[in-house]
Amino acid sequence: MTYVLDPDALAGGEAPVGGPAGTPPDPFADVTRSDAAFRAFLHGLPGVDAVGAQQRTAVLGTRSIKTTAKAWAIDTAISMVDLTTLEGSDTPGKVRSLAAKARRPDPEDPACPAVAAVCVYGDLAGVAKEALAGTGIKVAAVATAFPSGRASRAVKLADVRDAVANGADEIDMVIDRGAFLAGRYLDVYEEIVAVKEACGPAHLKVILETGELVTLDNARRASWLAMLAGGDFIKTSTGKISPAATLPVCLVMLEAVRDFRAATGRQVGVKPAGGIKTTKDAVKHLVLINETVGEDWLSPDWFRLGASSLLNDLLLQRQKLRTGHYSGPDHVSVD
Amino acid sequence: MSDRLTVRKTYKLYVNGAFPRSESGRTYEVTDARGHFLANAAWASRKDARDAVVAARGAFAKWSAATAYNRGQVLYRVAEVMEGRAAQFAEEVAAGEGLSSSKARAEVDAAIDRWVWYAGWTDKLAAVLGSTNPVAGPYFGFSMPEPTGVVAVLAPQRSSLLGLVSVLAPVLAGGNTAVVVSSKGRPLPAITLGEVLATSDVPGGVVNLLTGDAAEIGPWLAEHADVDAVDLAGTAGPLAMELERSAAGTVKRVLRAPAEEPDWSGDPGLSRLRPFLETKSVWHPIGL
Repeated sequence: MTYVLDPDALAGGEAPVGGPAGTPPDPFADVTRSDAAFRAFLHGLPGVDAVGAQQRTAVLGTRSIKTTAKAWAIDTAISMVDLTTLEGSDTPGKVRSLAAKARRPDPEDPACPAVAAVCVYGDLAGVAKEALAGTGIKVAAVATAFPSGRASRAVKLADVRDAVANGADEIDMVIDRGAFLAGRYLDVYEEIVAVKEACGPAHLKVILETGELVTLDNARRASWLAMLAGGDFIKTSTGKISPAATLPVCLVMLEAVRDFRAATGRQVGVKPAGGIKTTKDAVKHLVLINETVGEDWLSPDWFRLGASSLLNDLLLQRQKLRTGHYSGPDHVSVD
Repeated sequence: MSDRLTVRKTYKLYVNGAFPRSESGRTYEVTDARGHFLANAAWASRKDARDAVVAARGAFAKWSAATAYNRGQVLYRVAEVMEGRAAQFAEEVAAGEGLSSSKARAEVDAAIDRWVWYAGWTDKLAAVLGSTNPVAGPYFGFSMPEPTGVVAVLAPQRSSLLGLVSVLAPVLAGGNTAVVVSSKGRPLPAITLGEVLATSDVPGGVVNLLTGDAAEIGPWLAEHADVDAVDLAGTAGPLAMELERSAAGTVKRVLRAPAEEPDWSGDPGLSRLRPFLETKSVWHPIGL
């Protein structure tokens, strides 16, 4: 039987080098010294004003972005999209067609930017890598028993290594929400550290699945936990749970990365995913970044939009701006 | 006698089965034939037209796939509900068009009869407009009519109910979904028709009624890449020419504007059904 927390339980699994757990950056180096200390630290984070967060995002959502600013926002949003397919029915053919769309989202217009990454399951990362060879587009793979995360740590680490070996540039891991909600924060932390180590050169995005964490306070704690453990990005959701990415959650996460950089000097990216379907949603997120963390995050290196149907809506709006008349779903690819 | 306050009406649009205000927030005053205030109507903008097209496209799959029999039943039910509202329609037609109440009532009756007439056409179109074709080979060749898609209807400006029904019902009977821009000066019967449609069995989004100016919204609908056909019944002169030209950019079906608004009481025949139907031909091998 594999013990749920033993990373070496699978036969032949290489033991991670280094200590049992990484050390958080200064000035937080000692907060993970014990379970109790870590819990005290996370619960000591300032509480989130949930009503205030909703009101703030509602106000920012009414900003009117038009003409040249809108054109810029649409192109920026396209370049931030992680074009995603995470279905049981995914085939190599579907991944290849998605990769083609990622390279040239609008075949009629060469000026249309490419997306940031293609996000697939780990076993198809190789197909995506091959299809995207020679472009700057990254291959992101979900791992660690996505989407539930309910597997022993050894299986999760094997999943990560497999995806990296298949050529994934970025790993989207899910945290153990069960452990988080039970208050075993240090377990969650150690798991992220172990996954980060298994990633090697690949970037690590940590999915908090805020829909299951329920409160904004939990979203703030999980964000800090993931950043302390070394995540390169924090991501709202798997897209399999509703509610997924909401603006208040995104605001809380943006504040977390801002405060974290101010304290440690390390910048962490943010990726809302799931439920962002329209250009208007995407533009609201861009406004939120600009007003919360500033221009430093307004780049695909630090902000991504996990989406599948969003890209088509962005393209329709882009065509509207280019041609002067409304476009229709017959003028973008079906995927 | 009564010291009751008047209930002043500010009507809304009918889009996707709901009654939203215009996105623009605009309204305009509707007056009767002698210039007296009747009600406020929503003044639709291009974005309302955009939303209406999205709704009509969304409703198209189900409405076009409904059996002809079912479509006929649903349209007949609309006539039933109209009959129940006949007095309200008559009042609005009388006020808007300046008719006597008996003439207005006759106009309403004609409109309801017209609707019933088109409801009866749904399951006869395939027989009348379809065919089995003689082919030189061991095949059957069939041709059958299919709906064109989303049709933008610029409704007649003068005949506010009979004219409206005469252009809308044939579009629906063929299985198309519609975005209608009502008469600008006489929109009340169209608004009431929206309330009739909402309380009958027509699925939301199949008919979307916008009140406003065809000259303002028409160009956006004519250029829209997701609109498959336009009916220019409510336009004339240079506007009609301009709309025809812009509809050509996306190769739409265009039912041209009449030289002047016709008398809608005549038998329409197939003249308004056929333009919004496409003919699909199928070859099928003959078995043993």
